[in-house]
Amino acid sequence: MTAAREEILGAVREAMRGASPEYGPRPSGYHVAGQGDAVALFAERVAEYRASVVRAAEHDVASVVERLVTGTLAVPDGLPGAWLPATVEPVREPIGVDVLDRVDAVITGCALAIAETGTIVLDAGPAQGARALTLVPDHHLCIVHASQVVHSVPEAIRALGAAVRERRAPITFISGPSATSDIELERVEGVHGPRRLDVIVAE
Amino acid sequence: MSAARRSSASFPSAARVELGRTQLRRNLGHATATIRRKRLATVGELADWEELREAGRVIKDRTMRSLDRHLEEFERAFTAAGGEVHWARDADEANAITVAIALRHGATEVVKVKSLTTDEIGLNDALAAAGVDAIETDFAELILQLDGDWSSHILVPAIHRNRTEIRDLFRRTIGDAELTDDPSQLAETARRHLRERFLRARVGISGANFAVAETGSLVVLESEGNGRMCTTLPNVLISVVGIEKLVPRWEDLEVFLQLLPRSSTGERMNPYTSVWSGPVEGDGPREMHVILLDNGRTRVLADAVGRQALHCIRCSACLNVCPVYERTGGHAYGSIYPGPIGAILTPQLEGIDHAPSLPFASSLCGACEEACPVKIEIPRVLVHLRGKAPKPRAERRAFAALAWAFADRRRYERGQRLARLGRGLGRLGPLRGWTASRELPQVPDTSFRDWWRDRGA
Repeated sequence: MTAAREEILGAVREAMRGASPEYGPRPSGYHVAGQGDAVALFAERVAEYRASVVRAAEHDVASVVERLVTGTLAVPDGLPGAWLPATVEPVREPIGVDVLDRVDAVITGCALAIAETGTIVLDAGPAQGARALTLVPDHHLCIVHASQVVHSVPEAIRALGAAVRERRAPITFISGPSATSDIELERVEGVHGPRRLDVIVAE
Repeated sequence: MSAARRSSASFPSAARVELGRTQLRRNLGHATATIRRKRLATVGELADWEELREAGRVIKDRTMRSLDRHLEEFERAFTAAGGEVHWARDADEANAITVAIALRHGATEVVKVKSLTTDEIGLNDALAAAGVDAIETDFAELILQLDGDWSSHILVPAIHRNRTEIRDLFRRTIGDAELTDDPSQLAETARRHLRERFLRARVGISGANFAVAETGSLVVLESEGNGRMCTTLPNVLISVVGIEKLVPRWEDLEVFLQLLPRSSTGERMNPYTSVWSGPVEGDGPREMHVILLDNGRTRVLADAVGRQALHCIRCSACLNVCPVYERTGGHAYGSIYPGPIGAILTPQLEGIDHAPSLPFASSLCGACEEACPVKIEIPRVLVHLRGKAPKPRAERRAFAALAWAFADRRRYERGQRLARLGRGLGRLGPLRGWTASRELPQVPDTSFRDWWRDRGA
């Protein structure tokens, strides 16, 4: 095993011998910050993935949730109790995959959201749960606070740096429901991930 | 047959067969035109697209210059996080490591994320030989696996099959007799078939789109959620990663997560991107392995012109714009990596003697280079490889000269003007043998570049 390691590293060094170790300045010509109303753009772009988007006042979140789900609801640790309507039956962590496979929906918060690409990002922080939670159920309801919406991909990556470096947090970028275009390029929602994604933007 | 090759037939003879398949050509024409249109629309949204491409090119170029350091850094970070890093010089070593881990955990089946790298090393066959069933979970890969077929496109591997063919296949294998050819019904069939396998799998296998050296992170982009299933639910995760997949820093992803989805599917972002940096208590696999694979890559790296083929991020934009690919389809290339990128990657990974016709599978129109999100000079590398292919010495020399000319735009333009002056000279001298059986191309009085420049002035 160490023989393979040494041989590969040796071959890499031999191949690049004579090439200067760094060539040219680090690239910086592309845009980092975006302009305009990020929250409006986010709502528009998420909807284009055929996910539903509702903008609601923070104190109305529970009533919107009530409209969108019935039955059993997987709930991660740290989810604000005010988001849950009395009509749902919460199932709390730890939740085995067999149970997740049978709940009606899962509700989570997020780490941040990206306007330009209509993406929600999870970093296993509070109100997000383990990754299986947002994967196995067929319906994912995600609450995004308006203050969590950044404009661009670079802004998002930079904001996530600390979670990766300090917590080694797993990161999941979600842009619309699960989909495939493998049959004659016709888009079909929902193969293995949640077939339904609802996003509530709380302001 | 060596690993990245699927067939030993030369490109011209395989292409002749594929050109006769009307269904294939119709499906492909529709697919490539659709993706081209979507790609242009989403790329057009970004005012800084050219700056992003340049950033992608520079990051890849810089990474290769210190690749040894980045590999060691990745190993350190992933190991510190509780993962295990293995090194494999070739396909056999990578397969042996994977098989040993699967057997140690008593696995009789493993679930797999779509991965060109594991196709390249023939991992499924190696697992089967050890009694382990490798289940492809990407929808298109599942179709191909059920039918004993193989991929014709990097992004949409089963694009040569239409819905009726898939319905018939599913009726024979995993579906029932009432199944229709409605794509959502076909997808539902695959969902039901794979769900229980995801839930019971002990070992998952993936590749990686990127590996971040600084943080020891692996990154997988996908659409269906099968990638999330395979990398989250099993207890053990094995990722086979080519050494060229490294990027130095976390922030480098801000460039590639823009370049790859827009170039690949033409979406602003693919549905799911997963990043993991070692095992996490109570969330995902408890045991994580990364196999860093050479399998010819250091040989490619040693070629100062050809090494840029290793910058490829497997988006498949070059396939969709290639007039040759659009007509022949992916199978004619006889390679895991089809299309223009395959024509420069396969002969280098395998050695030019194993795929001598591939560098000629191009008209050198340059559309691939313009579409490439990391600006790989595919025509230049093609001509460079033509110069190395086994053939009469004079022809080899002529292509070496062409390669030299392609390397610099001014040289190329001067050459075009010289060619107009020297029309007919090729019938004499060292190229006599070559021109005896070929028409020398007519060189137009004005080159396109000259015409464009004059028109603009």
